[in-house]
Amino acid sequence: MTDKKIRVLVAKPGLDGHDRGAKVVARALRDAGMEVIYTGLRQTPEMIAEAALQEDVDVVGLSVLSGAHMALAPRIMELLRSNGQSHVKVFIGGIIPDEDLVRLKEMGVTGVYGPGASTDDIIRDIKETVTG
Amino acid sequence: MTTSQDILNGNRLALAKLLTKIENNAPEGRDALIELFPHTGKAHLIGVTGAPGTGKSSLVNQLALHYRKVEDKKIAILAVDPSSPFTGGAVLGDRVRMRDLSGDEKVFIRSMATRGSLGGLAQSTANMTQVFDAAGFDIVIIETVGAGQSEVDVARLAHTTLVVEAPGLGDDIQAIKAGILEIADILVVNKGDRPGVENTEKALKSMLDLAHPTEKIFRHHGKSMNVDVPKQNTNTKLWIPPIQRTISTEGVGIAELAELISKHATHLLSGEGWSSRVRIRLQVEMEALIQESLMNRFRQDISKEKYDEVFEKVFQRNISPWEAVKMLMNGRLK
Repeated sequence: MTDKKIRVLVAKPGLDGHDRGAKVVARALRDAGMEVIYTGLRQTPEMIAEAALQEDVDVVGLSVLSGAHMALAPRIMELLRSNGQSHVKVFIGGIIPDEDLVRLKEMGVTGVYGPGASTDDIIRDIKETVTG
Repeated sequence: MTTSQDILNGNRLALAKLLTKIENNAPEGRDALIELFPHTGKAHLIGVTGAPGTGKSSLVNQLALHYRKVEDKKIAILAVDPSSPFTGGAVLGDRVRMRDLSGDEKVFIRSMATRGSLGGLAQSTANMTQVFDAAGFDIVIIETVGAGQSEVDVARLAHTTLVVEAPGLGDDIQAIKAGILEIADILVVNKGDRPGVENTEKALKSMLDLAHPTEKIFRHHGKSMNVDVPKQNTNTKLWIPPIQRTISTEGVGIAELAELISKHATHLLSGEGWSSRVRIRLQVEMEALIQESLMNRFRQDISKEKYDEVFEKVFQRNISPWEAVKMLMNGRLK
């Protein structure tokens, strides 16, 4: 009998050092029965893509509060694709201006969450996109 | 190309995906394991266990760095963290301490959750080490969950088991209890810059002296007392677990630890040790498979109705569980 779990990589790319939000999300996903791989602060896009590959995750969740999301997100998505992981869904949480939100979605980011987003919504969206 | 050929050719994505299939107990995973089995048996499996917060992940990080820089070996790390008993979810955080290893093609780190197993590893951990072994990794480091006193499964899997201690966790009574300290091939006292490190070492040392007495003359109330040493089998030289002090955040004591690990491998290979450990591991694996397939056969043979009917009798206290099992097993034979 197979026993599939949703595996999520929670990562903080870039230089801001605030991971409270990432930890809250990691904990919420854990309580929703997912396996969350937490990688810590100040990760490069290369480190994140490498971890996503080794861990064979279904979802990469990025926490970006520095404003560098328009540089970091496309780079990570490009690396995921070149590693053969274009099926991995990318979610972003942080301070994202509305005009960037549209562009991120166009790039293929599955979900974007700002301050005050509910963890229930994040869990529901992840479950829907992964299990289809 | 088949999955197992991809694995043998060093395809990292195929490796990662196969690990998931094995972890999920998928049939494709089993098929690949059957094909890969002839390619296993070359890697040195090193188990790392110890209480939560003793610095296992940082130690594994440093040890892997050492093997990469000094010995150019291909390293796989399997890091196990607990699943929630309530939701089945998990936060796997061992990678946080292993960031120095990223960007190195010859290192592969995989985190896994226990998924209900209680011995410090997950059920599929052993099979996952086989995949790394077949994929040509020279060393596979298995990091257990933060272990208490009796999570000792890793000793049945690894060739060499490190038990990591840190100052301030317990006195000499803890050191003579059965369980985790008994399985150590090498005892590591990490956080060696913390106060109390001498006491920890002393407690471990006296524990070892009790387990492996060497000839001594004690002075007891002014009289000298000879302590006899039990005769040893001269064919197999005894391995007395050495104690190594480390400060894993700074890399202190790591080269010495690697030296002890390689000495232990040499020791095992010089006698029957290596093959007897492999024998035990494969036997454990086969036993588990036998149990599983007997269980499957049982479920096929006994209908759910029959099972429920018998269980209801137990619940009503008409028959004992012992009698119920007898009825079900006899029913199967008819």
